[in-house]
Amino acid sequence: MTGTLVEASARRDRPLGSLYAGNARSVMSRGWRATRSTNWLVVVSGLFEPVFYLLSMGLGLGALVGTVDGPGGTEISYAAFIAPALLAVAAMNGAIYDSTWNVFFKMRFSKLYDGMLATSLGPLDVALGEISLALLRGALYATGFMLVMQVLGLNLSWWALLAFPAVVLIAFGFASFGMAVTSYMKTFQQMDWINFLLLPMFLFSATFYPLSVYPPVIQTLIQCLPLWHGVELVRSLTTGAVDVGLLWHVLYYLVMIAVGLVFTTRRLRALFLD
Amino acid sequence: MPAAVITAENLVKKYQDFAAVDDISFEVQPGEAFGLLGPNGAGKSTTMRMVGAVSTRTSGALNVLGLDPDRYGPEIRAQLGVVPQSDNLDMELRARENLIVYGRYFGLPSRQVAARADELMAFAQLEDKVKAKVDDLSGGMKRRLTIARALINDPRLLLLDEPTTGLDPQARHILWDRLFRLKEQGTTLLLTTHYMDEAEQLCDRLVVIDKGAIMAEGSPASLIRRYSSREVLEVRFGSDRNAAASARLEGIGDRVEVLPDRILLYSDNGEAALVRITELGLRPITSLVRRSSLEDVFLRLTGRSLIE
Repeated sequence: MTGTLVEASARRDRPLGSLYAGNARSVMSRGWRATRSTNWLVVVSGLFEPVFYLLSMGLGLGALVGTVDGPGGTEISYAAFIAPALLAVAAMNGAIYDSTWNVFFKMRFSKLYDGMLATSLGPLDVALGEISLALLRGALYATGFMLVMQVLGLNLSWWALLAFPAVVLIAFGFASFGMAVTSYMKTFQQMDWINFLLLPMFLFSATFYPLSVYPPVIQTLIQCLPLWHGVELVRSLTTGAVDVGLLWHVLYYLVMIAVGLVFTTRRLRALFLD
Repeated sequence: MPAAVITAENLVKKYQDFAAVDDISFEVQPGEAFGLLGPNGAGKSTTMRMVGAVSTRTSGALNVLGLDPDRYGPEIRAQLGVVPQSDNLDMELRARENLIVYGRYFGLPSRQVAARADELMAFAQLEDKVKAKVDDLSGGMKRRLTIARALINDPRLLLLDEPTTGLDPQARHILWDRLFRLKEQGTTLLLTTHYMDEAEQLCDRLVVIDKGAIMAEGSPASLIRRYSSREVLEVRFGSDRNAAASARLEGIGDRVEVLPDRILLYSDNGEAALVRITELGLRPITSLVRRSSLEDVFLRLTGRSLIE
């Protein structure tokens, strides 16, 4: 009798069963402490990468290119064309650093998740906590970069304010998906494949020139990739060429986040709660 | 009688066709220190993981703190302390921070966790290592920190998977002392070990496991009574003469066991057995009379082979 009573009260308020204890913030605060004490310099150094790209390509190369057609068809400076793309890339990179290599190390070597999942935390707590931390890093890089854009006069519209939630969404998508992919990786060689795929995506997702330079087949291929959606979304916002079609990009990221969370949670359960 | 803390009935865990745990049953009462003893690969850790609600069973029944671990994992884990086989301390955090952060995983309030962390740093005799990096701690200190971490949620049941493996004798004794104090305070302990002296020091009751099955169950003393003699006489005649000498020793003591390097004679009176050997005209190079230990029980039950 007492057993049933305990069981009944124990299971109350837990719609996701044993997957989620509603305590992802403890995982986040752990990450925050760890970053603060060991590698905040590494984190900060990541802020500069997109800035260097912007200075060399946007201002340097931009002097040769002159102006290009922006999303709405208006002429904009080359720097204003690539800056939003680099902003999306900054969000992506920040999220990817934490959700791939760092997660791989914690999962395979430091046994951090073994320890976490021996407590009352569930796999979804761990997934959400780690992904949130990764997305915060993405958001941090993006915020820093947006300030640089503002100083250089590359935010051409008030819509640019909405680029902030947009980059958070992008970072969330990459963090979630990145952790899901990483959770299936077993060796360093497999991890290197992630970098191998990210580089061309960075270069070819209409980052440095419009999509229209490609033949239609390649265009479709690029449009399937997540970064292109991010670049388009952010570029439309910072240049002020906003229309309802942007919601498709938002939807793309929402799906990416959901898929990443589901797979990460399932994988963590399979790995640590067999 | 109060309800058992752990009840396992016909517990089985299979990985594909391999049965890591093959039909074991045992019960652990509140306040008891219960040992799972066995060679590497016997199924001790797998049993621990099932009790710890981080591994689901293939068949059988398991009840931990009144709940089924397959259905109430988080509720059970909230009341457990776990000391895993290899330390998994958080290397990116300092010593005391490890306790704080771990306590937060249980959703405990910060203030409570902070106070408890100070108590536990003292309990683990690590007061002067509060801000130390985990990497800079010795093996024994890491182990004590892991035990302190496992106690942060004031668990009703503490699981220790080979708590002293790899530690030097002094570190082991310090650790045993700490564990004995917990036992005195009424904490229920479930521990695995392949050290017989550890089992004798700490366990009220234990099961000997081999190849996933229970070979024997009882208190250390009762197991020694049942499976061994009061004393053991160890004699050495030299590697090439042991076998020949052993033939003449039949009838002395209850049982004779020939090992490559020495002969063991199980007898209630080791000194008397030694006198009889010398009366036979045999001159062992070395001889030693000792109390029978769990090691003798263990080796008898699990066979004297090296298990890979």
